[in-house]
Amino acid sequence: MARYILKRLLWIIPVMLGVLLIVFTISYLAPGDPVRTALGSGYTEERYLEKQIELGLDKPFWVQLWNYIVGIVTRFDFGKSYVTNISVSSEIMHRLPITIGIGLLGVILTMIIGIPFGMVSALKQYSIYDYSVTVLSLLCAAIPNFVAALLLILLFCVNLNWLPVTGLDTWKSWILPVISNSIAGVAVVTRMSRTSILEVVRQDYIRTARAKGIEERRVIRKHVLTNALIPIITVVGGQMCTIVAGSIIIETIFSIPGLGMYLYSGISNRDYPIINGCVLLIAFFVCVMNLLTDLAYAAVDPRIKAQYQTKKKKAVHLAENAPIGED
Amino acid sequence: MLRFTKKQRQTYEAELLKTTRSKSRFSDVMGRLAKSKLGMVGLAIVVVLVILVIFAPLFTKYDYAAQDYSNRFQYPSMQHIMGTDDYGRDIWARMLYGGRISLLVAVIAVAISMVSGIVLGAVTGYFGGKVDIIICRILDILMAIPALLLAIVISAALGTGVVNTALAVSIGTIPGAARIVRSTVMTIKDQEYVEAAKATGSNNARTIFVHILPNTLPTLIVDSTLRIGGCILGIFGLSFIGLGVQPPTPEWGSILNVGRQYIRTFWPMTVYPSLMIALVMFGFNLLGDGLRDALDPKLKN
Repeated sequence: MARYILKRLLWIIPVMLGVLLIVFTISYLAPGDPVRTALGSGYTEERYLEKQIELGLDKPFWVQLWNYIVGIVTRFDFGKSYVTNISVSSEIMHRLPITIGIGLLGVILTMIIGIPFGMVSALKQYSIYDYSVTVLSLLCAAIPNFVAALLLILLFCVNLNWLPVTGLDTWKSWILPVISNSIAGVAVVTRMSRTSILEVVRQDYIRTARAKGIEERRVIRKHVLTNALIPIITVVGGQMCTIVAGSIIIETIFSIPGLGMYLYSGISNRDYPIINGCVLLIAFFVCVMNLLTDLAYAAVDPRIKAQYQTKKKKAVHLAENAPIGED
Repeated sequence: MLRFTKKQRQTYEAELLKTTRSKSRFSDVMGRLAKSKLGMVGLAIVVVLVILVIFAPLFTKYDYAAQDYSNRFQYPSMQHIMGTDDYGRDIWARMLYGGRISLLVAVIAVAISMVSGIVLGAVTGYFGGKVDIIICRILDILMAIPALLLAIVISAALGTGVVNTALAVSIGTIPGAARIVRSTVMTIKDQEYVEAAKATGSNNARTIFVHILPNTLPTLIVDSTLRIGGCILGIFGLSFIGLGVQPPTPEWGSILNVGRQYIRTFWPMTVYPSLMIALVMFGFNLLGDGLRDALDPKLKN
């Protein structure tokens, strides 16, 4: 298992290098002159050349790429913003907790609402609960985060005046961004939980468990849920990535000073160090989430765990559990 | 020597016909889709919206760009069923004509992703080996960037406009399309009829284009229909944050973005575009679920 984790961690390196190459090439080829952006209007030819050398933009593509990689690996340095001249990495570190906070709260919300509702819907199939949950989740899955955000603002901020629209001053300011960013996720997780649980409930081993006289609650907790979890974990992992990517739009709407808003400002000013830094960080986050999702499979499913064991352990395991008297 | 009467021969032929497939896989899938109620509701919503958008001039008498300053911020009435916007333009007309842009961009985007998916998937699936490994790794890397983020970065670099937006949205969907084609090609390429084609002297290009690719099309077409919904959502998102399609060209995302500025004072500019976006996503989601179940009946419970 440890070897597998190590292998997967090492695999992140080439993926990140690939992502870096992609975003760096895009920003290198994109129109617009960063030196001119940095200097603003009114500069001399000399000043221009000086600034170009200072930013390292006089060097060929591969040298620039190499310097960028070295800067990130050795000093965690993503360069400086062309517009404000502030170090990108310090801004990112400052803003990251807010975005991760909103993302985590969103994922927790999708799980604590989605899974129980999916469960109720599956266990009482074709009941009034099932129909209302299904219809509601179909409707919610169709609402993109920015539409949800605007409709919620209209209801709770403009008409009812209960919640603040912008900023992150009180705990109340967190409610709308988190809900609007995860509303579709809740619906998706609910539907996936329902499907997955319905499939497990029909299996023979569940009938066996019930026939043995095990208490219904224990059947659901021990036999149904543990087996239904794998597809649910996949969906939740995917939602985590969607929610972080969605933070760009949500943070812009609610003026939240997080990573998404920073990336947005970078995009509107064509400030490539900011864009590259944010995209790399989000891609890294997605890689780590995918890894965690795969590890979560192993945690809930011993069959998958067995695949990752080394050959030696597998042999021992097989020998210990070998059927007796069959040879 | 055994001889059949005419009657016997007919019944024998009829028996034989029963054992062969009378319908193609594609019509199989469509037949199953027709049985799913929600899927048909989704299809109906999508078809109605597409008709409204394509034949926009039949459903509104207003020009989407006609400004009328004496009639700014009109609330919905018989004249303007969705009211008028900050320039006095009819919102319903702007929604209809704006839908054309979204639909056009989405169709171009899906076409790009289909063509690239076919090329990459056929090459990787048919030849395998090192080419397969390298291309698949590159696709893995592309998949590590969330689709919306990739679209935003590419759109920021390429600039705005219909083709650039389509390109930006499609690149994130290429890995998925390529994988679908690759896995289908891999299952088909070892079948006997392909071997027979090769044995009779068909070269690689002919084998791929004549014998393999036509059989991957049904899956790819259904998969691309599923993708249109996602592409449209991407386009709305891009236009909403000011990339993508720019005003004064109407586009649902950008109409909503303008409406956002008047959210405190004039609700129709926020509510109607929101509802229309939710409706189109609802239609595509239902249709997508129906198609997915129809494609793989085993998954349906």
